[in-house]
Amino acid sequence: MSADAWFTVMVAVLGGAVRVATPFLFVSLGECITEKSGRINLGLEGTLVFGAMIGYAVSFHSGSAWLGVLAAGLSGVVFGAVHGGLCSLRGVNDTAIGIALIILGLGLAYFFGKAYIQPSAPRLPSIDLGGWATHPALRAALQVNVLFLLGLALALALRWAFVNTRWGLELRTVGDSADAARALGLAVNRTRIQATALGGFFGGVGGAYLSLYYPGSWNEALSSGQGVMAVALVIFARWRPMGCFWAALVFGGAGSIGPALQAVGIQAGYHLWNAAPYVLTLLIMLASSSRSSTSMGAPGELAMTR
Amino acid sequence: MSARSGVLAAGRDLALSPALLRWLLPFGSIGAGLLAFGAFVLLIGRDPLEVYATIYEGGFGSAFSWNNTLLRAAPLILAGLAVAIPAQAGLVMIGGEGCLAFGALAAAAVAVPLLPGLGSGALVAGAIAGMAAGSAWFALAGVLRVRRGLNEVISSLLLSYIAIAVFNHLVEGPLRDPASLNKPSTLPLPESAMIGAIPGLDVHWGLAIGLLACGLAQLALSRSTQGFALRVAGGNPRAALLVGLPVGSLVVASCALGGAAAGLAGAIEVMAVHSAASASVLAGYGTTGILVAFMARQQPLAIVPVAVLMGGISAAGSLLQRRLELPDATTLVLQGLLFVAILAGEALMPRGRR
Repeated sequence: MSADAWFTVMVAVLGGAVRVATPFLFVSLGECITEKSGRINLGLEGTLVFGAMIGYAVSFHSGSAWLGVLAAGLSGVVFGAVHGGLCSLRGVNDTAIGIALIILGLGLAYFFGKAYIQPSAPRLPSIDLGGWATHPALRAALQVNVLFLLGLALALALRWAFVNTRWGLELRTVGDSADAARALGLAVNRTRIQATALGGFFGGVGGAYLSLYYPGSWNEALSSGQGVMAVALVIFARWRPMGCFWAALVFGGAGSIGPALQAVGIQAGYHLWNAAPYVLTLLIMLASSSRSSTSMGAPGELAMTR
Repeated sequence: MSARSGVLAAGRDLALSPALLRWLLPFGSIGAGLLAFGAFVLLIGRDPLEVYATIYEGGFGSAFSWNNTLLRAAPLILAGLAVAIPAQAGLVMIGGEGCLAFGALAAAAVAVPLLPGLGSGALVAGAIAGMAAGSAWFALAGVLRVRRGLNEVISSLLLSYIAIAVFNHLVEGPLRDPASLNKPSTLPLPESAMIGAIPGLDVHWGLAIGLLACGLAQLALSRSTQGFALRVAGGNPRAALLVGLPVGSLVVASCALGGAAAGLAGAIEVMAVHSAASASVLAGYGTTGILVAFMARQQPLAIVPVAVLMGGISAAGSLLQRRLELPDATTLVLQGLLFVAILAGEALMPRGRR
């Protein structure tokens, strides 16, 4: 491979990292909020796909992609509230409810989405940071979408809010010890339902990104499991919002290697490169775990890490 | 008064014992799920009764639809078992689709070359290879859990994505049959060599194998020492360790058995239905198996009727599409609502003895 081809691949991986990372960023921040309250929402996969569908549909009918993003977020609030409400019932397992809501979310998205597979809806804009660059690959990589920047801002805001606001403190108290929270007079279930609904909002926004920016159309094979992977990302981000940001970028970069190589004509092992993000996640989780310290940084009430 | 104590009180009034209530509740939950689906159908402006009737007809109304239903139930039974066996040890394994993929691949890679020498023995070899492949992949998730404390929900899912990527790579690359032009697949078994139908039915022997597996699993869980130990390890790991049970080995063994069931499902799909490993083998049975296992409350024998019900619902998809012009996904909505209803019903379960 020539030096120019190498450069093209490297730049494409970096640009792809940003492009592929954005939905992971939103979904994992949403999952992070939910898990801070002590619950796991695997159902974000269903939320994401439904958000992609409704975002695309609303953008198509209203002519405004941002209205689509908002609708996707609001649909996520509904899914999140349902998840939060059901898990508040005694003896109901949050992992199982999550899987059920994946199936229901996919079912509803495919059901109502059938009509939107063909038509083309307005997309989200991007910011051209690469006007100065002469290399075409570099120019393409510097087309940064607005949602990515919003996601970064959200991660910074959450990092601040978890520590410095009343909301953040209450959320973490509920997540670390329900008994302590009750003793303080906090409404444990209400806090968790709110956290899951808010997490659902960002899960829906992540889905809208898929249909409204990249890949940028609605179809049934849109998601490759971003919603469930968010749970893994949050674990390896150690429940830190900026950790989610970096984890999403690493994951996005790993996922862009295959397409980047394909773009310079290297087809070999294309499908194997698709597995790169999952292999990487597994290795990172392995490296950072041991029998005794898996739950470092984990909210105490999280069933998954107990 | 909470809903739970309300139902318990109603149960007392009707002289229902908690044990009986535990039996009746799943049916009540299924009824609630069906009602919720009816409300959904009303909301989209269609006639619920007509839709129910069409689903019944498409899934269970004729010999043809029963055949269709049982063809789908066969892999679902094994995929459900793949979730239910590790669940006895307290694990939630959601990566069954990956085991199914590896099982399909192993069966195709072993059975086709062995066929000239071994005849129908090649099918047995294919089934064993499929079970071994699925078993190893799930056991890996178990080992990661026992040795490194990695959560099995996540690791089994990651392993499943990796397995599917490897499956696609091999089916479209090294193992591809050069003659499969439009749809990449491995070298096919000749039709005459495939697993045949059960006499009197149009359904292949895989269904009987699934029934046998569920029966054996139920027996092993309720009657064998190892089954008892497994349930103790799942119910209370600390107590199990205190009485000296090998909890780690039990966890890994339950994963290996579950993976074997999923791998066998993939192997049978190849050797009885598709003749080769291709993308169409991965039709989501692994995922629906999770739903089947949870709806069956992880009881191997209960998996059979639930798998038939789920198979029937998905078999009805094409009739819903043809006759009522409803999207295929209607059946997915129904399955999702049933799943949610069953899980929410758990809140009403009488507790104490489980």
